[in-house]
Amino acid sequence: MRGATRVKWAAGAVAVALTAGACGGGSSGGSSGSSNGVVRASWGDPQNPLEPADTNEVQGGKVLDMIFRGLKKYNPKTAAAENWIAQSITSSDSQTFDIKLKSGWTFSNGEPVNADSFINAWNYGAALKNAQLNASFFEPILGYAQVHPNTSGATAATKLSGLHKVSDTEFTVKLSSKFALFPDTLGYSAFYPLPQAFFTNHAAWLAKPIGNGPYEIQSYTKGTGMNLVKWDGYKGSDAAVNKGVDLRVYTDNNTAYTDLQAGNLDLVDDIPASQLKNVKSDLGSRYINVPAGIIQTISFPLYSSRWNTANSAKVRQGLSMAINRQQITQQIFQNTRTPASDWTSPVLGDAGGFKQGLCGQECTYNPSKAKQTIQQAGGLPGGHITISYNADTGSHKEWVDAVCNSINNSLGNQNACVGAPVGTFADFRNKITNKQMNDPFRAGWQMDYPLIQDFLQPQYYTNASSNDSHYSNANFDNLVNQANAAPSSSESVSKFQDAEKQLVIDMPAIPLWYQNGSAGYSQNVSNVFLNPFSVPVYNEIKVK
Amino acid sequence: MGRYVIRRLLQMVPVFIGTTFLIFVMVYALGDPVAAMFGDRAPDPATAAQIRHDLYLDHPLPLQYVHYMGQIFTGHFGKSATGQPVTELMGTAFPVTLRLTLVAFAIEAVVGIGLGLLAGLRRGRFADSSVLAFTLLVVAIPTFVTGYLLQYFVGLKWGLANPAVAEGAPIGDLILPGIVLAGVSLAYVARLTRTSVAENSRADYLRTAVAKGLPRRRVVTVHLLRNSLIPVVTFLGTDIGGLMAGAVVTERIFNIHGVGYQLYQGILRQNPPTVVGFVTILVLIFLAANLLVDLLYAVLDPRIRYA
Repeated sequence: MRGATRVKWAAGAVAVALTAGACGGGSSGGSSGSSNGVVRASWGDPQNPLEPADTNEVQGGKVLDMIFRGLKKYNPKTAAAENWIAQSITSSDSQTFDIKLKSGWTFSNGEPVNADSFINAWNYGAALKNAQLNASFFEPILGYAQVHPNTSGATAATKLSGLHKVSDTEFTVKLSSKFALFPDTLGYSAFYPLPQAFFTNHAAWLAKPIGNGPYEIQSYTKGTGMNLVKWDGYKGSDAAVNKGVDLRVYTDNNTAYTDLQAGNLDLVDDIPASQLKNVKSDLGSRYINVPAGIIQTISFPLYSSRWNTANSAKVRQGLSMAINRQQITQQIFQNTRTPASDWTSPVLGDAGGFKQGLCGQECTYNPSKAKQTIQQAGGLPGGHITISYNADTGSHKEWVDAVCNSINNSLGNQNACVGAPVGTFADFRNKITNKQMNDPFRAGWQMDYPLIQDFLQPQYYTNASSNDSHYSNANFDNLVNQANAAPSSSESVSKFQDAEKQLVIDMPAIPLWYQNGSAGYSQNVSNVFLNPFSVPVYNEIKVK
Repeated sequence: MGRYVIRRLLQMVPVFIGTTFLIFVMVYALGDPVAAMFGDRAPDPATAAQIRHDLYLDHPLPLQYVHYMGQIFTGHFGKSATGQPVTELMGTAFPVTLRLTLVAFAIEAVVGIGLGLLAGLRRGRFADSSVLAFTLLVVAIPTFVTGYLLQYFVGLKWGLANPAVAEGAPIGDLILPGIVLAGVSLAYVARLTRTSVAENSRADYLRTAVAKGLPRRRVVTVHLLRNSLIPVVTFLGTDIGGLMAGAVVTERIFNIHGVGYQLYQGILRQNPPTVVGFVTILVLIFLAANLLVDLLYAVLDPRIRYA
């Protein structure tokens, strides 16, 4: 029978497909069980290849921080930059720095960590042809303009002229201008050293990066997970106290949270917003909620004719006073944000430059004064404003609507402010970069290193790399220059705070709140805490 | 029949070119992928220009499309945002989604047709009404609600299954997401089968079959069911394409690193090679599934002939 034969063929094809599918399933069994001393932690797929100078987001950054150590390391509790591979970093003029290395450090493939490891890595990171996302971190070093010219395609030098090797354990760095806090930036991952293996076989290195940190990578399946094991040859004093870390990529932080509750996971470092109400009853003391080096603001397009008039600074101050930060952080964020009263972050500590209340009454909720100030300044431009945000990630809609609501209530005008969603983050960023904004937009700043300089200079210095408002003030710039040239870090910090006071007057961005880092962990592990970058300190986690 | 297949294959060419071009334009219209790479920072213009040059983004859109299609035909699907070749992503994502699809498809076909047959044979009685009520309920509840509910109760409270699918997506872990994914289509299959069975059970050829004294089993399976399955097969065939496209919601809830997840990531990170590459393969799967359905008609109904 003709029909029957065809059915047989179809059945055969399905059987083959099923077998093929089953084979695929058998090959890679999941690693289960937690009693072997390994921490099972949630992860997100890194957005870029895992190279130190090309990783600018937290998921790739957390791996780099496990497999690398740099000249300095930020103390996970105090945020202070401490010498790590550096024996000493000295300078007499805040412009030329002499860096001496500790001897005996090696990469996990046996290569020594010497002056060349740093010089080669920095030259690679700065060179335009490598198109590294963090290239601008090398900007202070003399010769950056030659290796990274402003026009693509121009013939570029390959080496930073400011780097000089003295011996295997010593090199000097000359900057193009004075920058007193430069040594403290050297803990950032862009400045990590690289072994020769990185340059000789780049593809193999990317498939399985080799570093000099407390862990080495055992296996890496892109998009699925990574197994890290303790590296026994590690020289530093912060060797891992567990046997390793299994990072697992989750499609959704809700799923990771559910897996934590089901006992299939030990550590989740991103509690989903929808679970914040239950997290205390679910996890009790195993829930962590501490300040992180992230500040959220509403930034203004100062290039727009709506916001560059003589009175518009007053309007911005009025808007700042119209926002009830306390209520929004409690009700929308369940206290996972702290109302902001300056433009830095509490993780800096008082010595590092954080100053609570620096903004003063301009950042304190006062609806009647807000209304009065805005009226005196001639009212909102065109009678109403919008606040732009990206609608695809981060659930910004809720708080933007709440902020607008607060402004509307303070001004007694229900049409004063509305949220303006932009479809995707990329499109949102694009509009900001191309100066297409006419009204305020949400902004977030995550510090690269715990310095007051990193909160102020990149965002508010004239023509700085992330000055999205295109704010420009001669007094601010002048004070920042003085701060960078200051002979000591305490004098530098106090100059930066003077510069910050100029922001109160001009209000290029309204500080909203400091973001907290959150995490939850299982009963299998203990001694879990977050560093100032709100990343778990994996090497300190004890497994029961 | 051979001629018919050739004609259908030729018709696929313009469909293929049209769909891939549309997708290409739409991904491009989402915005600048390079800006997204820099996060909250403004991109350094020289670095951004260099990345654009490396990714062939500094050419006009039609040229980019021609360049891209040229590469596809030599087997180069470009690289994802993480620098991983898209073909490698496909190699890991498609087997996972294929397994999920087969699990969901099996549940959908067996349970759906079974329920439909039951309801069709017991028209107007209790079984019929209960199937109607059940299918209405399933259709009415959105996937993410059933997904989270089943995950919470079956996975977490009662501990009957893993709430999230483990690395490598073993079949055992896929049953729960398979049920969630099959849910809505299952209801349609049941309704379609029921109607078709109810209609055909009054047909002349069926009365003849009963009058010939054939056993009831044979009457129902060979005569009634086979003829009633034609609309159901159409539905199931197109549904395979839909299931292969990856259930974005289900894959997210149950941590399945399949096609839906990769597409979602590709769109989120605005990576044209990932999105267009996956969609290109999906277009091919849809076209093949449709052709297969049309050919299956001839198997089910000997009266249908293709020329």
